[in-house]
Amino acid sequence: METAKIVETVGFNILKQAVIYLPDDVKAALKKAYAEETSETGKTQLKAILDNIELAEKYKAPVCQDTGTIIFYVKAGAKAKDLDKIEGALINAVKRATKEVPLRPNAVNPFDQKNSGDNTGRYIPFVNWEIVPGDQIEITVMTKGGGSENVCIGGMIVPGEGINGLKKFVVDAVIKAGSQPCPPNILGIAVGGGADISMKLAKKALLRPLDEPNPDPALAKLEQEILEAVNMTGIGPMGLGGKTTILGVKIDYAFRHPASFPAAVAFNCWAARRSTARISADGTVEYLTHKLDW
Amino acid sequence: MATYKFKTPISEADVRKLRVNDVLYVTGTIVTARDQAHRRALEFFKQGKPLPVNLEGLAVFHCGPVVSKEGDKWTAVAAGPTTSTRMDLFEDEFLKNFKVRVIIGKGGMGKRTTDAMAKYGAVYGAFTGGAAILAAKAIKNVKSVEWLDLGTPEAMWIFQAEEFGPLVVSIDSHGNNIFMDVAKSVEANRAKIYQKLGISP
Repeated sequence: METAKIVETVGFNILKQAVIYLPDDVKAALKKAYAEETSETGKTQLKAILDNIELAEKYKAPVCQDTGTIIFYVKAGAKAKDLDKIEGALINAVKRATKEVPLRPNAVNPFDQKNSGDNTGRYIPFVNWEIVPGDQIEITVMTKGGGSENVCIGGMIVPGEGINGLKKFVVDAVIKAGSQPCPPNILGIAVGGGADISMKLAKKALLRPLDEPNPDPALAKLEQEILEAVNMTGIGPMGLGGKTTILGVKIDYAFRHPASFPAAVAFNCWAARRSTARISADGTVEYLTHKLDW
Repeated sequence: MATYKFKTPISEADVRKLRVNDVLYVTGTIVTARDQAHRRALEFFKQGKPLPVNLEGLAVFHCGPVVSKEGDKWTAVAAGPTTSTRMDLFEDEFLKNFKVRVIIGKGGMGKRTTDAMAKYGAVYGAFTGGAAILAAKAIKNVKSVEWLDLGTPEAMWIFQAEEFGPLVVSIDSHGNNIFMDVAKSVEANRAKIYQKLGISP
């Protein structure tokens, strides 16, 4: 089969998987939060979330009605064929998924407010490219909810404040976000590079599973420290109070300019939807995060 | 934490019985309205034009559903709440003009809406954000859709619902607002968190 057809099918499948079935690590974290939450109202919210996840799987329907802005991350093997066909194939996959899953049409022209109706438009779906050695193509989709997107924040820390400045930046962002991003949330945090680079890395950090600590032990420790701190806020599930505000913290970084300390915090809602598949040169497909099961 | 089950149209007297932390289920007509529908409804009111549906005693739901259509029949596939604060801009006028008794959403609303709920008699019922299938299963029928030119998320969907909930009454008609209370205690925790992290404020 030609690459475009395969990519379109894979794009459709991972989108459908992502919006219906939450990854196992996210489900496990929510179950743990439910067991440990002490606020009565907070517990009712986590119960509703867990019930809803089960219903979504049972009825094969999107776990949340906000099926998000659709973002792809493509690791393209430099020796893979037809790389120029991938973007078009993914756009077709999005159109098909919008009709058939179905997804909510979430692509609006910011100037005339018209909804395209099929989740595509200028730069949407957005495709992040990475060229890697080899001949395989690995595609990840993230469908990113609007509520959690609205509180993402980028800023500049005074370099002299260093990591303490970063910690304050994150705590302030979580407190400011409060109930808005559908807590419990996952935080992607990144520093360095530049305003754009830190935000891109922060969002990409959300792809790392919750049960995978940072490979750098010092950053793993910082992730844990920030996690414990932000859960002292008392915002709780859906902002109704409780000790579960953040399920996990994921940090990444780039080297920085001596005069700049860019920082970014990307929030994901509890419906942290992602799915990945890998296409080999011979056209075989491996689904890495989900079983192809419907 | 009492549990109430109300049928629309809901009277002002009934809605005034509710207190924060009560749990509410609504049976009857629930109408969706997000930013654009709020804006248009208020424009209609200003021009003396009737709304496509009389909202008095009904529940208004901050929701942009996933819908599917077979023939002429719409179905709500997934229908959780959207962030309500965006509607703070309109809600006081909305409650005053249309006598809606229950606002359903997520994330809570601010002081302006809280004051309006006390004045005109309405409550805010928080539905768990993202729990879209739980919500869709309580929607038994899509009665109609209005203002579809706004796009499916922003259109006005008129749902027939059965025991739609659980809704946590988080703003009541007596000036209480759980979200504002939580925000206050979160603010008080800020100093403790800074201290734990060794941050100077």
